[in-house]
Amino acid sequence: MTHLKPINRKAHRVVDLTKANDGRDVVALQQLPAPPHFPLGCSLAFSPGWEADSTGGTAGLCQPVERDIFDCHLGCFWPAHVPDQLNHSPNWTGTCATAQKDWRKLDLVFPG
Amino acid sequence: MFALQRREFHQFQGGGREFLYLVPSAAVFELDEPGRAVLDFLDGTTCSEDCLVDGLSARFPAPLIRETILDLLNARAIGLEHLQDGEGPKQLPMMPFPLNTLVLNVTNQCNLACTYCYEYGEDKIVDTEHGQQSKFMSETTAREAVDLLLKESGRVAHMTFFGGETLLNFPVLKSTIAYARAQAAAAGKTIDFSLTTNATLLRTDIIEFLAENEIGVTISMDGPKDLQNKFRIFHNGAGSYEVVAPKIKELLKTHRTRPIGARVTLTSETIDVTRIYRHLTEEFGFWEVGFAPVTTSPQQQYAISDHGFDRMLGQFRELGQEFLEHAVENRHHGFSNVKDTLEEIHKGVSKAYPCGAGLGLLGVSTDGDIAVCHRFAGSDKHKLGTVKTGIDRAAQADFLEQHHIADKTDCHTCWARPLCSGGCYHEAHVRYGTTRRPNLHYCEWIRGWTDTCLQIYGELAVRNPDFIARFDRDEARAEAVL
Repeated sequence: MTHLKPINRKAHRVVDLTKANDGRDVVALQQLPAPPHFPLGCSLAFSPGWEADSTGGTAGLCQPVERDIFDCHLGCFWPAHVPDQLNHSPNWTGTCATAQKDWRKLDLVFPG
Repeated sequence: MFALQRREFHQFQGGGREFLYLVPSAAVFELDEPGRAVLDFLDGTTCSEDCLVDGLSARFPAPLIRETILDLLNARAIGLEHLQDGEGPKQLPMMPFPLNTLVLNVTNQCNLACTYCYEYGEDKIVDTEHGQQSKFMSETTAREAVDLLLKESGRVAHMTFFGGETLLNFPVLKSTIAYARAQAAAAGKTIDFSLTTNATLLRTDIIEFLAENEIGVTISMDGPKDLQNKFRIFHNGAGSYEVVAPKIKELLKTHRTRPIGARVTLTSETIDVTRIYRHLTEEFGFWEVGFAPVTTSPQQQYAISDHGFDRMLGQFRELGQEFLEHAVENRHHGFSNVKDTLEEIHKGVSKAYPCGAGLGLLGVSTDGDIAVCHRFAGSDKHKLGTVKTGIDRAAQADFLEQHHIADKTDCHTCWARPLCSGGCYHEAHVRYGTTRRPNLHYCEWIRGWTDTCLQIYGELAVRNPDFIARFDRDEARAEAVL
């Protein structure tokens, strides 16, 4: 803060809190974040993840959950390690035509 | 583009600078020129960031305005119009809340008959003359109170003796202190003692006992002879000044182990703050003097009216100015009303309850009933257990549930609520018949006085920041001792 000088102890705590938070925060859709709200992650691909949507509903979430593997590793960043299908493992999902049935066939990939 | 608007705060000046007191966080910030310009621009209106940048472009470059807006947003001095911050959830304190101070009404009898007294006058809550209560606390009850305090307290406990006239029951007071010291030592806790007295019964041996045992003493006294004798009289109508004056002088001369303060009750007929202060500090040598307006229903002649509150505020401001000049030069000044408020401002206190009553402080009546505070001691309606059976935690939780600031809707638009939180429960009970109501009859006075203290705080922040840093050092020292 450059235009407000903290004077009392509480003001210093407010400044510390501001420093700790660079202005960006993780919010649940149900908290009705202030527009303009740019969701990051799966929401960009219009297939929300595990979180309830902004009305508290779950009907539009990824179903079956196994589909997440495809949605997430192709559409956006997948926080768990998923094989890089673009460069090293183009055929990783070759045996998995329908994730709902075939997800067990997805195998581990060892760096060769 | 979303519209920005001002949030809740109180703006004040001190030492030629501009400050913000934010509500409800109670943070105090100094504003710079652009900050002030943005807030002025938003006064009574809403406006988007771009519109602010345009509106102030003649005075400040755009990046500077945007930076200022971000700072003000972060401190919540401004916010988006469509997104209100709200009051936040009603959070009750964690239970069981540790007991910090226990006030023992060692007697409900008094050898004075002060006309304005809340305990015996028309506004009394408990009939101590014809009621069921014992007139003096027994040694057994006092010991049970000690046991309760040491069981429920943290590492430090405070015990205060009160009355009636406290010293009418000096034998019990004396033996209780000895018992409490031994029990505290056995429990590995620290305990300290204080009492309030009208000074009429002070004797050399009592004074020596108080000094030796480092008992904090507060003397109830209203000032020079003409003011003291107006209300503080014996049962036969004779004034008490002549009796107490030599005794107080002896006390102040002999008792040097704790600073001794005077507590003055102001009425419509005795509002003479500076003269009282001078008399008590210069004639007697009191270290501190605290003033409080009399607690009474409005129809009493001595009740302070709106006009009286204005007069009192004017006098408080004058004496506050004197405090400020002393503080700038690091000299002691004993106007304790300012010092106490400055400390709360410095810490950024934002209260859910007006005081510690029913929370960390409890009162005990002569027969051992626990009350919200000493002013309700003996009242069945305000009972929170007994020293024998312990604190009634359910009743206490109920009390805290009912008295939270979140339920005092009248206070929700007031910028002084972080410090006031509705004011004294007892005052409200006498005035409105219920402890739950805020004391709306002195709102203007509270805001006026809080504003004065904020100005003093601001000016000290500019002229002698070391004075306010002392509050931190004192606290650090106290914690180090523990």
